[in-house]
Formats: sequence, structure tokens, C-alpha cells
Amino acid sequence: MSTADLAQLYRDQVLQHSRAPTHRRRVDNATMAVTGNNPLCGDKLTVYLTLHADTIADVSFEGSGCAISVASASMLSEMLSGVERPHAQQLINDTLSWLGSAIDTPPPTQLAKTPISALAAVRQYPSRVKCATLAWHAAANATHNQSTTVTTE
Amino acid sequence: MSAAADLTHDVRELEQQMRALRGDFPALHQSVNEHPLVFLDSAASSQRAQPVIDAVTHYETHDHANVHRGVHTLSHRATSAYEGARETVRDFIGAASINEIIFTRGTTEGINLVAQSFVAPRLKAGDEIVITHLEHHANIVPWQMLAATHDITLRVAPVNDDGSVDTNAVIELLNERTVMLAISAVSNALGTILPLGDIIPTARAAGIPVLVDGAQAVPHSHVDVVALDADFFVFSAHKMCGPTGVGVLYGREALLDAMPPWQGGGDMIREVSFAGTTYNDLPYKFEAGTPNISGVVGLGAACDYLSAVGMQRIADYEHWLLEQLTTRLQPMDDIRIVGTAPRKAAVVSFVMRDVHPHDLGTIVDQKGVAIRTGHHCAMPVMDRFDVPGTARASMAFYNTLEDIEALVAALDVVRRMFH
Repeated sequence: MSTADLAQLYRDQVLQHSRAPTHRRRVDNATMAVTGNNPLCGDKLTVYLTLHADTIADVSFEGSGCAISVASASMLSEMLSGVERPHAQQLINDTLSWLGSAIDTPPPTQLAKTPISALAAVRQYPSRVKCATLAWHAAANATHNQSTTVTTE
Repeated sequence: MSAAADLTHDVRELEQQMRALRGDFPALHQSVNEHPLVFLDSAASSQRAQPVIDAVTHYETHDHANVHRGVHTLSHRATSAYEGARETVRDFIGAASINEIIFTRGTTEGINLVAQSFVAPRLKAGDEIVITHLEHHANIVPWQMLAATHDITLRVAPVNDDGSVDTNAVIELLNERTVMLAISAVSNALGTILPLGDIIPTARAAGIPVLVDGAQAVPHSHVDVVALDADFFVFSAHKMCGPTGVGVLYGREALLDAMPPWQGGGDMIREVSFAGTTYNDLPYKFEAGTPNISGVVGLGAACDYLSAVGMQRIADYEHWLLEQLTTRLQPMDDIRIVGTAPRKAAVVSFVMRDVHPHDLGTIVDQKGVAIRTGHHCAMPVMDRFDVPGTARASMAFYNTLEDIEALVAALDVVRRMFH
């Protein structure tokens, strides 16, 4: 595999999100805080959601992880901010199922122009898909008021 | 001729001899991601030597039957292959008797066996078990499990900033309440060689039993369990060019003899009736059920192979490799080597500034370079050095200077991508 393939994984958009993630901050009075663990590699991210009525007024995260997991958490924060909760749940489901799909599956239309589409190439690296999905699994639990820790392995 | 020139000559010769051995490792000769494989993950699991593969295949093809059971010819052959390997292992580690060689599933099972069968029955409230901060999870969790069910304390000897452990830091924790000192010979995460030669005599003089986790020591240096004088010594076949799922518990015969069986079943009994069961003698008392016969055969072949190469030559060559890799990485100002103890096995754990180990691992893999990234089953070590994980290059005698250069070149690719 060539350096060009690697450049597909570590695209500029991905590296920008990982170097200077948006919404990376702790929120003490969030409606939901869910921590995602990847015990295999020790990545640990907490996703904070603040709801106003049924709208996600604020999304943020904190924690440590690789470029892929941090970039993905940053993209998630951008994508879910200001979104109605049911719509957020749909976006999360679509993202998780697309990240788990074959490399030639194009993103569904609702994801096509979103930041997460820049992570398409991660699907070629089976051991790294769970890095990309970590924050999304945490957010899935948060939007369903489910348990406050999730694990990807 | 100066001493230095002499040494250079010796190293050249050694390097050529070791390079020739690469032919014995079929897995090394392949392309990965369109680059020649550079395997620098032997501390996780080493590659298999062809004589090991051949011994296992021969056994599976011609000699397999259950051991210690039948009167038929194949059962005899299987039993003599299995028991022959026990004698080979005994000789390889210098044990006094085959009764001291218990075959296990690996290092982890050996430690659990000692925890459950030797330590647990002797525990009383207030007792202490001493380990070090460098231990692999396999030498932490079995003791934590004992502490969870008994009123005892696990005490942890600290590690220095360079990854070394001071003899005194361990000895200071030993007292009349210590029921076990469980300690690695070599740290899997950092490569540190622990000063067992100084620690064990002190513990033994105080009457404290000692278990040594030798998983990272056996493949890389000569081990003599009698000279080491530990009560228990455990290791795994798959880190010494042998198969997975098999390992050895060495134990002092008098201790093993007094210990109750750990698991019950076939092979470990002498007579079973509903009125009561009597147990078999050593070593069979601790080998309940049909064992991993082909794995043991492979382990025996691995011992023979390493003996033929020569453990001293392996140790000398790997030390030279360690120096070469360290010398290449040390001047790089974006690389920090984690673990720079004066005495190390051929393991270099490192972090690159602003690059997470997993990203680094993925990128070098695309260049054919296999290294381990993450916490190396030693999360307390990572916490101690305040890193989420490290990249770890671990070398064996089948590695070469070219492997080191391939890693260095792959690190440049990482740099270009991230900086």
C-alpha cells in the first residue's frame, strides 16, 4: 500500500480535526455525559450532551485518543450541535452503519456532505474502525439516556 | 589488533551467522502491504522456526494418540514425544528433575496455578504479596483476585524514571507478612532487566517464596533455574519460537509436592472412587485432562533450536541490535524512548511528539513494519510514565540492521504525514 493510500486515511480534514478539535471541552452540568472506552488501545473519550427541550443545544467531548478517534469526536460534535434528538439518533445510526460498511459503499445522502465523510478510508483498516466509532457509540447511549459508559473492542 | 577492532570483527561474524538463520523462519519472507515484512514484535509473539513447525507436523502426521493411556504403539510414541519434551525443557532451564516441569497453557496459567494452589491455601489476614510496577497484567491480576477474596495487601515496588527497579525498592517491601514475591525477569513493556541476582537471595534468606515471570527472559538469555534460586519460574513457548497455548511452570519439587492439585480430571489421578480419590505424582498431578501434546512437542523442538543457536550468542547479538536501534532513535528530537535502564533486553518503547502510538503503528504497518502499539498489557507502566501507550519495537536474533533502518525510514513517513 502506498503513501497515497495513507494520505486517504489521514486527509487534511481529518488531521485538522485531530490537531485542533472543535468542541473539545468538559461540561460539568451536561444533560448526559457518556464515556467511551477502547480497552484494547486505552482510548478514552467522554461525550457531553446538553438538551434544551428535545434539541441538542451543545455537544462537546474530552479525553485522549489517536488522531482518528479525536477527529471523529470533533466531527460528531459539529454534526450533532443544534440538532433535534430524534434526528441526531438517526445521524448516529447512519454513521455507525456506514463506518461498518464495505470500502466501496458511498456515504448515504444525509452524510454525504458532513464532516464524517472525510473518514471514509478508515474502513480499509479494520483495527482502526473502532477508533472512528468510539465517540459515536458514546453519543448513541447519551441520546437514549442509556448507561454512562460504553466499550468498543 | 585492538580490542575494539576485535569486537567489530566478532559482531560482523555474529551478524552473518544470525542472518543465515532467517532462512529458518518462513513467515519472515513475505511482503506485507507491498513491502518486505519487517517483524519487530517478537516480545508479543515470536515467529516459528521451521524445525518447530516440522516437529509439530511430524507429530500430527505420524505419532498422534492420547498420552499416558493406551497400550498401543501410537500412544507410546505420543507419550515418549511428550515426555521427551519434558526432559528437553528440564535440561534447557537447568532444573534438577522432570518432576519440577509442569506443562501449562502459558505464563498466565502458571502464575494463576501458583496463586491458587500455593499461595491461596496459606493466606491469613494481613498477609502481603509483593510485585513491581513493571509487571505485565498476568503478574498483577491473579494477585488482585486473591486480594479481593482474602484480607491481604498487594504491595508494589516503584520503578525509576529510567524504567529501572532498584534492588532496595523491592527488598524494603519484604517483611514477615510477605507470602510471595512475584517479579518479572524482564519487563515486556520497557525491556528492563530486573536485578534478580540481588533480590532473590535476600528474599530467600528471609524465607519468602519467589515466583519469577520469565516470559521475556527465556527467549533471549540463558536461564538456569537452580542458579537463579527462585521457587517458581514460568514462561511461554510462543515467545521462544514455539507454538501458542503452551508454557511451563517450573517449581521446586518439595513445594509442588506439598501443593494441592489445581484442576481435577483425567491424568492427574491415581485412583478414583466415590469414596475418595487419590492424586497422581508430580508432574502429572498438575496436568489434568489431555494436554496440548503437539504444543509440548513444538516447545521441545524450540528449546533444541535455541540451544543449537546458542543462548549466549543470541544474547550478545540482540544486545548489539538494541544498541544500534537506541543509537538511531536517541538523536531524534521528536522521539522519546520510554525505558532507558542500563540493563535492557532488545526492546525499545518510544513515543513520537504529537503522534498517537496507534496512528504511528498504522502508518509504519503500511510500510511493512510490524511493531506493537498501545499499553502492552502493562497499563500501570503507561500511567507511571504518563503516556496513553507507546510504540514498541522488540527484536529477536532473526532481526537485522536493515530491519532497524526500515523502521527509521517508516518513522520518517509518519513525520511527514503529521508534522
